[in-house]
Amino acid sequence: MGDVTIEHQELPEPRYEYGGDDYVFVELDEKMSFDANFKAQAICQEIQENDLEGLLEVAPANASYLIQFDPAVLHPDELIEELKRLESAIDVSEYRWEARVFDFPVLYEDPWTHETLMQFRERHQDPDATDLEYSARINDFDSVEAFIDHHAGAPHMVTMVGFVPGLPFCFQMVPRDEQIEVPKYEQPRTDTPSRAIGFGGAFTAIYPVQGAGGYQLYGRTPVEVLDVDQELADFEESMVLPNPGDILNFRQIDREEYDAIREEIEAGTYRYTRETVEFEPEEFFADPHGYNERLVEVVS
Amino acid sequence: MSLHVRDGGLVTTVQDTGRHGHYHIGMPPSGAMDDFAHRVANALVGNDAEAATLEMTYQGAALEFEADAVFAVTGADMEPTLEGEPVPTWTAVEAEAGDVLEFGFAGEGVRAYLAVAGGIDVEPVMGSRSTYTLIGIGGYEGRALEAGDVLTIGEAEGDADDLVGQSVADDHLPDYSRTDIRVVMGLCDYRLTDEGREAFLTADWKVSDEADRVGYRFEGPDITDMFEEREQPFGAGPDVTNVVDLGYPVGSIQMAGQPIVLMRDAVTGGGYATVGTVISTDRDALAQCRTYDTVSLVPVDVEEALEARRERDERLAEIDASLSS
Repeated sequence: MGDVTIEHQELPEPRYEYGGDDYVFVELDEKMSFDANFKAQAICQEIQENDLEGLLEVAPANASYLIQFDPAVLHPDELIEELKRLESAIDVSEYRWEARVFDFPVLYEDPWTHETLMQFRERHQDPDATDLEYSARINDFDSVEAFIDHHAGAPHMVTMVGFVPGLPFCFQMVPRDEQIEVPKYEQPRTDTPSRAIGFGGAFTAIYPVQGAGGYQLYGRTPVEVLDVDQELADFEESMVLPNPGDILNFRQIDREEYDAIREEIEAGTYRYTRETVEFEPEEFFADPHGYNERLVEVVS
Repeated sequence: MSLHVRDGGLVTTVQDTGRHGHYHIGMPPSGAMDDFAHRVANALVGNDAEAATLEMTYQGAALEFEADAVFAVTGADMEPTLEGEPVPTWTAVEAEAGDVLEFGFAGEGVRAYLAVAGGIDVEPVMGSRSTYTLIGIGGYEGRALEAGDVLTIGEAEGDADDLVGQSVADDHLPDYSRTDIRVVMGLCDYRLTDEGREAFLTADWKVSDEADRVGYRFEGPDITDMFEEREQPFGAGPDVTNVVDLGYPVGSIQMAGQPIVLMRDAVTGGGYATVGTVISTDRDALAQCRTYDTVSLVPVDVEEALEARRERDERLAEIDASLSS
């Protein structure tokens, strides 16, 4: 066992809320933790398997989940009773899954997100710094390089897919006191380059398509998370690459490698470097740094 | 049989009852913004409710029928004409090969629906023909219609000719001047102060010019400083309106500065507090509220919301029954 562990978080009683007449929202915790996320994933999997009549959507989120149902078939109070029953019956410590580990190249401080972030300085907390300079400073790093080394220094787990199709929210796989945290822009930008790597709250987001966004901008990846036409081989089963529970290892690359990967993506020949592992939450909690090293090895 | 687009109008898209079951990958349902009008248009021409219709916004399209067809127009009144002659709305109408159907500006309401017997036969994507323009899927090439597009019409199930001339009874027609929008409070409304909740529910909210299939932004009193102060939970971000990113129900009201009601092409989640949800029947009503209309948000409990939905379902069943007799 390593010296550093991830402490289990005790979760409060879940909060069940009506979303109008056709949604139920369940908040497992107000704050983010692996415990809250793993529980959201485990319960959602259980709900899917139970195949309740009238269920339309089950969408796990970071520390909560959302259900859409047909109220002509299922009364929300019956649904909530069923969810409470599942909640008390589930043993999250038994929950483990086949996680895909991806090598995920990132060009940090790329020219495209730099141009965008400079355009929107007036919406930022610190107009005189870049997003990376600001994030490094408020997280007590000596330099932007040290901050990037930290962000790319341990893998990130996909804890939610949403906002737009294929956008993963990623939570770095380190103990709480090593987690970085930054605010979102004071006012969201109206533009973000596609494949931008952003950070807000405690989450890294990868923007699948160009559009609005409020996260701090750190870099750009040459690889896709969304392939609507499913032209790349790794998108054969779904137009969306990341699933909750997947692990992304952000690897710093230079412009030359970025351009080379883009060429392969555009030619439709790129294959993601990925391996599937049996993810063991308890082993990860007991020795996150050691566990991460072994995870990263499988894709390097 | 096909429909030739002479003029796409302002924003005309193919829609159906929606692409459900994919929220977990960030895919919103899309589908007709006024689901009731969409369903009635289909009923009038003998289609299943799931058949695709055309949704027109503010200014309608101009379309030419390649062959004889039966169609119906519902929703906002855009004064449709067939070969220059006014066409009754909420009624099954016959068109002959070569006829041109034209629409003007909406006099009341925002969105009109055109159903053709057989349905608009575009290729379904993930179980739905609805257009979702952000990533360009569904509908006609994933985008709004343009002059020159050709839409294929499916094979009609029964004999739609028998329905020609039948219309929906006046007392079943929706009132598009309605501006009281019912809301079930909840989700993250614990973040509002009592004063904030009071201000939210008593304000006159003006529908801003940022009102589309993604969301309706309201202008009104600034209640962003009427949130409970707290030490922000880990992962949420420092603003009092920030929460750890979570799923947004369609119809939920997100408080990023001014309120935004999320509609059928909305983002599926994010990190701003949502304080309640517009009930399903009144999402249809809101979709027909015009820019600069003033709406009020009326709190109801979930039983009232369910009752409103049951009434709507009964009305649809009555309309169906009256047409098939």
